[in-house]
Amino acid sequence: MSQVKMKVNGREVSAATEGRTLLSSYLRDLLGLTGTHVGCDTSQCGACVVLVDGKAVKSCTAFAADLEGAEVTTVEGMANPDGSLGRIQQAFQDYHGLQCGFCTPGMVMSTAALLAENPKPSEEEVRHYLEGNICRCTGYQNIVRAVMAASGQDAGALAAE
Amino acid sequence: MPKDDGIGASTKRREDVRFLTGNGKYTDDINLRGQCFVHFLRSDVAHGRIRGIDTSAAEGMDGVLKVFTAADFETAGGLPCGWQVTDRFGEVMQEPKHPILAEGKVRHVGDPICAVVAETYEQARDAAEAIEVDIEQLEAVVDMKAALAEGAPKVHDELTSNLCYDWGFVEENKDAVNAAFESAAHVVSLELTNNRLVANPMEPRVAVGDYDPWGDSHTLYTTSQNPHVIRLLMGAFVLNIPEHKLRVVAPDVGGGFGSKIYHYAEEAFCTYAAKVLKRPVKWTSSRSEAFISDAHGRDHKTKIELALDADHNFTALRTETYANMGAYLSTFAPSIPTWLHGTLMAGNYKTPLIYVNVKAVFTNTVPVDAYRGAGRPEATFQIERLVDKAARELGVDPIELRRKNFIKADEFPYQTPVAVVYDTGNYHATMDKMLELADYAGFEARRAESAKHGKLRGFGIAHYIEACGIAPSNLVGQLGARAGLYESASVRVNATGSISVYTGSHSHGQGHETSFAQVVADMIGVDANSIEIHHGDTSNTPMGMGTYGSRSLAVGGSAIVKATNKIIDKAKKIAAHLLEAAPEDIELKDGKFSVAGTDKSVDWSGVTLAAYVPHNYPLEDLEPGLEETAFYDPSNFTYPSGAYGCEIELDPETGKIDILRFIAADDFGNIVNPMIVEGQVHGGLAQGIGQALLENCAYDDEGQLLSGSFMDYAMPRADDVRGFTVDHSCITPCTHNPLGVKGCGEAGAIGSPPAVVNAAIDALHRAGHTHVTHIDMPLTPARVWAAMKA
Repeated sequence: MSQVKMKVNGREVSAATEGRTLLSSYLRDLLGLTGTHVGCDTSQCGACVVLVDGKAVKSCTAFAADLEGAEVTTVEGMANPDGSLGRIQQAFQDYHGLQCGFCTPGMVMSTAALLAENPKPSEEEVRHYLEGNICRCTGYQNIVRAVMAASGQDAGALAAE
Repeated sequence: MPKDDGIGASTKRREDVRFLTGNGKYTDDINLRGQCFVHFLRSDVAHGRIRGIDTSAAEGMDGVLKVFTAADFETAGGLPCGWQVTDRFGEVMQEPKHPILAEGKVRHVGDPICAVVAETYEQARDAAEAIEVDIEQLEAVVDMKAALAEGAPKVHDELTSNLCYDWGFVEENKDAVNAAFESAAHVVSLELTNNRLVANPMEPRVAVGDYDPWGDSHTLYTTSQNPHVIRLLMGAFVLNIPEHKLRVVAPDVGGGFGSKIYHYAEEAFCTYAAKVLKRPVKWTSSRSEAFISDAHGRDHKTKIELALDADHNFTALRTETYANMGAYLSTFAPSIPTWLHGTLMAGNYKTPLIYVNVKAVFTNTVPVDAYRGAGRPEATFQIERLVDKAARELGVDPIELRRKNFIKADEFPYQTPVAVVYDTGNYHATMDKMLELADYAGFEARRAESAKHGKLRGFGIAHYIEACGIAPSNLVGQLGARAGLYESASVRVNATGSISVYTGSHSHGQGHETSFAQVVADMIGVDANSIEIHHGDTSNTPMGMGTYGSRSLAVGGSAIVKATNKIIDKAKKIAAHLLEAAPEDIELKDGKFSVAGTDKSVDWSGVTLAAYVPHNYPLEDLEPGLEETAFYDPSNFTYPSGAYGCEIELDPETGKIDILRFIAADDFGNIVNPMIVEGQVHGGLAQGIGQALLENCAYDDEGQLLSGSFMDYAMPRADDVRGFTVDHSCITPCTHNPLGVKGCGEAGAIGSPPAVVNAAIDALHRAGHTHVTHIDMPLTPARVWAAMKA
């Protein structure tokens, strides 16, 4: 066991971890940040995506011990300072971009990473970027709309083909 | 325009706020003080005899509390099956025991043999690796026809064969159907497979068992679509715990699609082990474990034939289907290929004579049960593929052949030859709406444009019918259901006028907390924000049959309407007393009670306060308080229907199919929240298109699952499905429930697979590949390319 320190959602945290402790487990089980979800065991579904030093990372695939000193942002850190929904979160609600909510934390975090890299993505770019996030409920159309809206673009103008 | 938060408004979902901020409370987010963790050691062979289990090494390992085997469950019952099918000879189906942990034999890869409980999940897993199970591997049966062959290995030694039942429907029609085929002008036939699927809700299953020794009471937290059903099945049939000592909670649940209806071994295990160990016991499925322990869906093989007269009227239909049950009977498995499938074989058509034969077969595979649509996608796929094939063979337009045989709008209610009575529908209207939205008239020009780029463009059509809102309890009881299929609701009006609603329906993505509040807000005329919807806890709702079969609004919503009407009736009596008028003169509008024809009124909270502070109150005639419970048992199924159009481009070089547009024109009856309805259809379409193009649950000949992770099982992703247009303007309200609603949750998954396959065949035929009459799903590039080159 070793003590691993990180900055999570702006707060300094520290927890004793085994070498095999995954970042997802560090967040969920040791810090109690259960917003990050685990939907598979092969790094395919993306429900566990968080930002590590600003980059989208599947937290089920990273060892906590490798991330000493990292800055991590989870879905719990995406609201506005007054507690209201942040821009991406609000767009997901406005465009019905979630149903059961289980993949949603990963979708929100991947969207944050996408818009940081590419503030005005095309529909194709959004769909391509979100390939690593599986949603079983929405059929993605409203997620894509939400991402377009969060980037300040016309969410209604998805191509019919 | 509807009120912002009443019936008909696209109210934003209130549950989204907690989901979007990471504050949802899913079962795996529940951690109880002192909890320990279980890991199940599962069979890695499909069929074998257990010669011995040595747990001694594991028991001595760090943190291990106990290793359980079947011997620990000698007093427990097997996991019960909730539906008994009677075969065509009048005999009941063969029903083998489904133990919590394997007894003597393992019967599929994933069958749990031992359960290791330890202080940490890692310790439990480590210890499971130290268990030695001596298994004599037996020949596995995987293919259904091979399983029925003379001398085939038996999945269950105590049964006479691997045949669960041989069902005929309607058996009395069989000779007439055969005679109609002999005199038919045309006969069209098709053999097809409805591919085996895995539901794969994004949240894997989780169970947490807790036991209070002082009250001798149990609590199970579980990822269920119907916690009351789990309480009933587990308490009464498996662990012998009376309901008042057993609470089942299904908190936020991350999708279900049918796979979380059933009572699973892990739920019973955690409940039981918590009592043995006097500590909470938690199980969290991995995705790999989910693939070999969640019930699978579909897996039918069918031969279907259609007889037509010289004018192309359908005169008879007959089918022979083999339906895979897997190794054990899951909770509702026997009903899916029978009553949820055979009764829909009329489709939207006036076929007068129908005979359906279904042979349900045990194999050494994971149990198969309902998956989004459950029997109705299988029926729709057969009918709509066959009608398309018939049109091609007869050289007529597939749209016109459908229109010619559709039940007409003025022919409802319509008694089909397969028992059910469709109350309403207008299939010509939905077909016309779909073709208009699809710009079908412009298809030929678009096809020519695709051809310039070397692509084959096709347009596929399907028209579906489904039976939802399951179901009249007395009817399903006659058909073999071992449960009633009503729903309950309690409406508790609080003293200041706020309202707590308790429903037996369960929301795992459907948005009930929003849409059910819209219904009550609309009825009473109060702000929806003053209404809270509670679900998922047996301790606060009287009873609940849960959410599946697109029944929540049609059945659960009707129970809420019924209870709310009782509230309104009582509130009017209180208002009449306060206003010194007769109850029949009291009108309720916008949350205010007034005396008809006067300006005398009292508002909602004035009445609710009087109910709880009954100083000025007719105590001799009326109890204080304002709380009512209702049970609603539907008098018929509901019959959503719709026309689906799919436009694709097919790359002849690779066989790859791209969905360009998908048009859904559905008749769901009245709509409470159009935004949510559209979202439900989108999700269903993605799953149906997934079945048609991507998803396949595959076993090898030895019963090893080849598609056991998201690396091998192709889930639709954001760039696989697109171009959805959803319309629900064609409305024929349901005639027998108070909201006039039909249900929308499964339609997309029912109507889309045949539309996609029909589009592919259309593209191939238009390009001259007329030898291709059918391709089995999923239409992978390899399969399409091979069919073209055959």
